[in-house]
Amino acid sequence: MSISMEFLFATGIGWVVAVGIYLLLRGRSFVVVLGLSLIGYAVNVFIFTMGRLWSAAPPILGAKESITDPLPQALVLTAIVIGFATTGFVIELALRSRHDSGSDHVDGKPDAAEPR
Amino acid sequence: MNWLHTHLPILPVLLPSATAIVLLLLGDHGGDDASHGHRKLLWARRLALASVLSGLIISAALVYVAAGGELRAYLVGEWPAPYGIAIVIDRFSALMLLLTSLVALPVLWYATGGWDAHGRYFHALFQFQLMGLNGAFVTGDLFNLFVFFEVLLIASYVLMVHGQGAARFRVGLHYVVLNLAASALFLIGVSLLYAKTGTLNLADLALRVPKIEGPDAAVVQAAAWLLLVVFGFKAALLPLSLWLPATYAAACAPVAALFAIMTKVGVYSIWRVHGVVFGADAGASAYTVEPLLLPLALGTSVLGVLGALAAHTLERLVAWLTVASVGTVLVALALFNADAWSAGLYYMANSTLVIAALFLLAELVAAQRGDAADRLVPATPVAQPALLGGLLLLTAASASGLPPLPGFIGKLMLLEASTAHTWQIAVWVTVLGVGFLTLIGLARAGSIMFWHVRTDLPEGAASGASPKLIGATLLLIAATVAMSVFAAPIERYTAAAALQLGDRAAYARAVLGARGEATETTRPYTGRVDAPAGAASAGGPR
Repeated sequence: MSISMEFLFATGIGWVVAVGIYLLLRGRSFVVVLGLSLIGYAVNVFIFTMGRLWSAAPPILGAKESITDPLPQALVLTAIVIGFATTGFVIELALRSRHDSGSDHVDGKPDAAEPR
Repeated sequence: MNWLHTHLPILPVLLPSATAIVLLLLGDHGGDDASHGHRKLLWARRLALASVLSGLIISAALVYVAAGGELRAYLVGEWPAPYGIAIVIDRFSALMLLLTSLVALPVLWYATGGWDAHGRYFHALFQFQLMGLNGAFVTGDLFNLFVFFEVLLIASYVLMVHGQGAARFRVGLHYVVLNLAASALFLIGVSLLYAKTGTLNLADLALRVPKIEGPDAAVVQAAAWLLLVVFGFKAALLPLSLWLPATYAAACAPVAALFAIMTKVGVYSIWRVHGVVFGADAGASAYTVEPLLLPLALGTSVLGVLGALAAHTLERLVAWLTVASVGTVLVALALFNADAWSAGLYYMANSTLVIAALFLLAELVAAQRGDAADRLVPATPVAQPALLGGLLLLTAASASGLPPLPGFIGKLMLLEASTAHTWQIAVWVTVLGVGFLTLIGLARAGSIMFWHVRTDLPEGAASGASPKLIGATLLLIAATVAMSVFAAPIERYTAAAALQLGDRAAYARAVLGARGEATETTRPYTGRVDAPAGAASAGGPR
């Protein structure tokens, strides 16, 4: 039995987003950041696949008869760079918030208030 | 001068970014403990003010050019649209640029009164924020819109926590996480649109979307709904508006006043994408979001004013009024006719200035009330009751729409435009009711703070606000009053802007050139260098 590439991608992205959303809804800021990162990865793969899935087709004009769409790849590069920077920022902000409020909770609640 | 005329459209983006870089290179005064008279801080102030003033002149020049009806498309590096980066200045964009500068100049002047010394790199971040705002208003491409969104957001994340404190960091973390989640949705919406249309250029999209039918149209409409969630989040549309009051009330006054224009980026994007691309003449996708947008906009207005009535602090009250005013603007947008859009543009310009002035005023009042600060409880009398009370009365009257102030003119235009619409009664009841409740909310706040004073408390050491802070606030209020005095020419401009906004053919001609008139622009990519449009499956997506 062979699984089509489209099915693999669709379920894979769906699974990662589901995990990301679950983590995003947790109470600790570190876990929330992990969730955001996972969603970011899934979105990047999603953008990539929106140029359709091709095999043996480089994004270079004239290299072969069939070429893949280079634009989503350019878009995904931009999205990766922006996602990387914002993730770095949110981690720093979470650390600072943790330092100031003395708790890793997203609402700054004391540690005892949150069952682990 | 010819060179300047050619490159004028890109200057609103280049000027703040260049200024920001110079400000970064100039360095920082080193944080809280520095005295206000630090040499680097003085130079940063001069440079930032000069840059914002030049920005005001540039945007005024662009409004002047756009008022003549010319639609300027600037192709960066002469790469032809839809492949390169297109900057488009029409009346709407120019108006938003001018509005941004009009808010930024007094707010920056106010910030030089001391707030800019309470943290690091305030001026550089302020310029980056302006770069993002201006870029979002001039770009003609959906992906560049995303990029400029991120630029203005990352600047706003840092400005939001400017001045620091545990409360700002806590709310700031919420704000950042929510915005990052919204950005992910933005990317999904954008790539869905690209998958079905093969383009992200707004002019090209406006030509492509009407041609999409059948199951593909459903995908494109799903993308439109996703984008509505994203833009609605920025604009604080009903179910997504609860983050705004907490965030804006926590930010320091000049930052909150600058953020008054940031919600309008969301409104602007809804206008461009859902008002035009998915608006009238969009074939199977025409009026995609209309059935939900109008009720949600009305609900946003009502929620905003109820929040304002329930607010315990003046800053939170003003933040809720921001939500109410956005709701009114979105009502105008959701009516989908040129008269209503003109009213919406006029009201948006006025309400942004009024809200910004109210944020500054709230802090001026709070600073003179001793320990009570901006909480709405009886406290020591303010040092300048006549001046601040008078200004609050003026802005309150404008915010609630009392004649002859511009809030009244905007709402009157909106009410006139909604006649004969099926939702006319709902629009009239909501707009008038919200105006009335706004007045009650502000009157309650004003009477507690200025009349219901306690003389038993020890006199605070509060002296009057410095002339600079008062002057900056006065400048904003003067701008709103000027909108009333020059209502006729401004109304002519917004009416022309609304008509131009709806004319997707003229927009496409200006951006895409002669190809804009051809039936086929960009098509979804097939993987073949020279394959005809129909023979997509020959190579086979695999």
